[in-house]
Amino acid sequence: MTEIPPPGVPQSIDAVEQMLAAEGYVAARALSTVVFLALRLGRPLFLEGEAGVGKTEIAKVIARALGRRLIRLQCYEGLDAASAVAEWNFAAQMVAIRTAEAAGGADRDLLKTELFTEDFLIERPLLAAMRPQPGGPPVLLIDELDRTDEPFEAYLLEALSDFQVTIPELGTVRAPSPPIVILTSNRTREVHDALKRRCLYHWVDYPTAEREQQILTARCPEAQEALSREIVAFVQKLRTEDLFKKPGVAETIDWAKCLLALDVISLTPEVIADTLGAILKYQDDIQKLQGSAAKRLLDDIRKDLAPA
Amino acid sequence: MATYADLALPDDGKLSRNILWFARALRKAGLPIGPGRVIDAITAVQAVGFTERRDFYWTLHACFVSRPEHRAVFAQVFRLYWRDPRYMEQMMSLMLPAIRGVQEERRAEAAEKRAAEALLDGANRDLPQAPEAPSDDDQVEIDASATMAREERLKTLDFEQMSVAEIAAAKRMLAKLQLPVRPLPSRRQVPALTGRAIDPRATLRAALRQGGEITSLAHRRPATRWPNLVVLCDISGSMSQYSRMVLHFLHAVANRKGQGWARVHGFTFGTRLTNITRHLRQRDVDAALRAAGAEAQDWSGGTRIGACLHNFNRDWSRRVLGQGAVVLLITDGLDRDDSGQLAREMERLHLSARRLIWLNPLLRWEGFAPRATGIRAMMPHVDAFRAGHSIASLESLAAAISDPADAGEKARMLALLAGS
Repeated sequence: MTEIPPPGVPQSIDAVEQMLAAEGYVAARALSTVVFLALRLGRPLFLEGEAGVGKTEIAKVIARALGRRLIRLQCYEGLDAASAVAEWNFAAQMVAIRTAEAAGGADRDLLKTELFTEDFLIERPLLAAMRPQPGGPPVLLIDELDRTDEPFEAYLLEALSDFQVTIPELGTVRAPSPPIVILTSNRTREVHDALKRRCLYHWVDYPTAEREQQILTARCPEAQEALSREIVAFVQKLRTEDLFKKPGVAETIDWAKCLLALDVISLTPEVIADTLGAILKYQDDIQKLQGSAAKRLLDDIRKDLAPA
Repeated sequence: MATYADLALPDDGKLSRNILWFARALRKAGLPIGPGRVIDAITAVQAVGFTERRDFYWTLHACFVSRPEHRAVFAQVFRLYWRDPRYMEQMMSLMLPAIRGVQEERRAEAAEKRAAEALLDGANRDLPQAPEAPSDDDQVEIDASATMAREERLKTLDFEQMSVAEIAAAKRMLAKLQLPVRPLPSRRQVPALTGRAIDPRATLRAALRQGGEITSLAHRRPATRWPNLVVLCDISGSMSQYSRMVLHFLHAVANRKGQGWARVHGFTFGTRLTNITRHLRQRDVDAALRAAGAEAQDWSGGTRIGACLHNFNRDWSRRVLGQGAVVLLITDGLDRDDSGQLAREMERLHLSARRLIWLNPLLRWEGFAPRATGIRAMMPHVDAFRAGHSIASLESLAAAISDPADAGEKARMLALLAGS
């Protein structure tokens, strides 16, 4: 745990903040702190939060900033070891058997040792993350962990605590230096405590208005200052409304891009009604915002923005 | 408990001891923190070093918090503890139940009471007593040799017509009640003697044992998994006797191992929605219901079904209905609020759940007709509509859950609705 980190890994929380900012990711101090800890202590980082607050993005940004390879394991129901760790190339194995037979007198012992070797192994993300990669240990992103089932979570325990995976026919493969592991969850169910215990935990919240403004400037620099201020104020206001699904940061950025594509300079109730599909994804929510509600919100934010 | 202060850490021993005590306070406040996490935290604090109070906060936060609901508790314990650790240390060693004197005069914030109690080692930790039914346990001695006939009679007897003794006996029957469900096919594959898919990996492994000769094929078939159950139980005045029995039933279902349900989530609603899942996990049914009663403050009050369902849909549906859960809604549907909202929320609930079953105790009356506006609004959005007034009706629920085509009395009720 106390070994010296490889060069390139930031040495302080401020350095992490700068590193992320250089890649266009505006992180809150709390998030920078856990990222720093994850890098420094070599512990997996478990990020939970609503959809579209930048959980997946942080893994991509870290990989880019450190020049590491990003290995992504997208979780889904029924994900098993064959698709997460490794699979045997059955067809190639069969060909090998047939060839040995055709060559005459297949040597049984030789066949045994040769059939289950790395040559016939198809690597999947978890195994790939345990291998040395160019540029240093890779960033392993285990995305939307809540989508898979509990048996798979249990399988991850070995990989996350000891950074090794076991293939029954081959033995245990251990990572020479631990990968940077980032797990994300949308919390459609609770992930087991045994897994959380092995990770550093962080709840990624919606950003404050000021930070969201910075994010929008970083990700959508072509938007005029006045427009992006209005967009952020409107979305922030929208999050305080009683909605089934509140818009995330991803929606804010999408919306800004939509408005830019339509050459909008300033928000009007009509423009909002036309582009509401970019921020709200449920019919009930959209209905609530049709008509006078959007105008009321808009008037509210105008009032707030005016003295500034 | 052993003290872990003598860790072989090069740094100041005082700090690690303080973190240790802080962790113990958090543990008392209900956060699952073991010694491993404490060591992690000390290592983490050393890695960060002391620059700012804010960084120190988030460093400990990352190590000790693993659920969003723990954040508030952590914040309060942190505030109380690190303001003046020496003072708190002294307090803890003396266990003075005087936390109120330390802080400013103002209303207790959420989680503060829990934090304060944790720091004071659980002093003054008395929960409000649940408004229980007239305590039946100590009054009645039930004849153990209950005859079959009596059990049969009890099964079909309306909960509301039971005597105290009969209620006690019924509770005992409910505790033994089975609610078997049919497992769902999952996307995961398991080895099987016969199956549609061939398992090449197992086939080849078996073949190697015979020198590369494939003599038989290994197969796989889809595995099965158990569905989740979400129960929404009305505890308003008009439902009081039924909801008590249903909660007994719910406790039995939630705690029976191997009965089929993967996870059972329980919610009560009257004027507000309360999650009682955690309380149902207690082994003792009386303790569990007492805890649930203390949590739900709206026993035997009015009903606001629409508003409560709205809260459920907004705050919980994405978290508990994700894996194809069956929803059991237990209410009489007598709601005085706006029926437009109720219909909307029922539709949303129906869209999110795999199956929505409505148990209505009013259905026991022969001449029951869906006249109330609340019932009219809810009826079109349920998959099945059934009675829920006796043990027999709860037993027949098993069939309703297993059979996807079962709609109970829904068709008859819809016909009545159309006719009226």
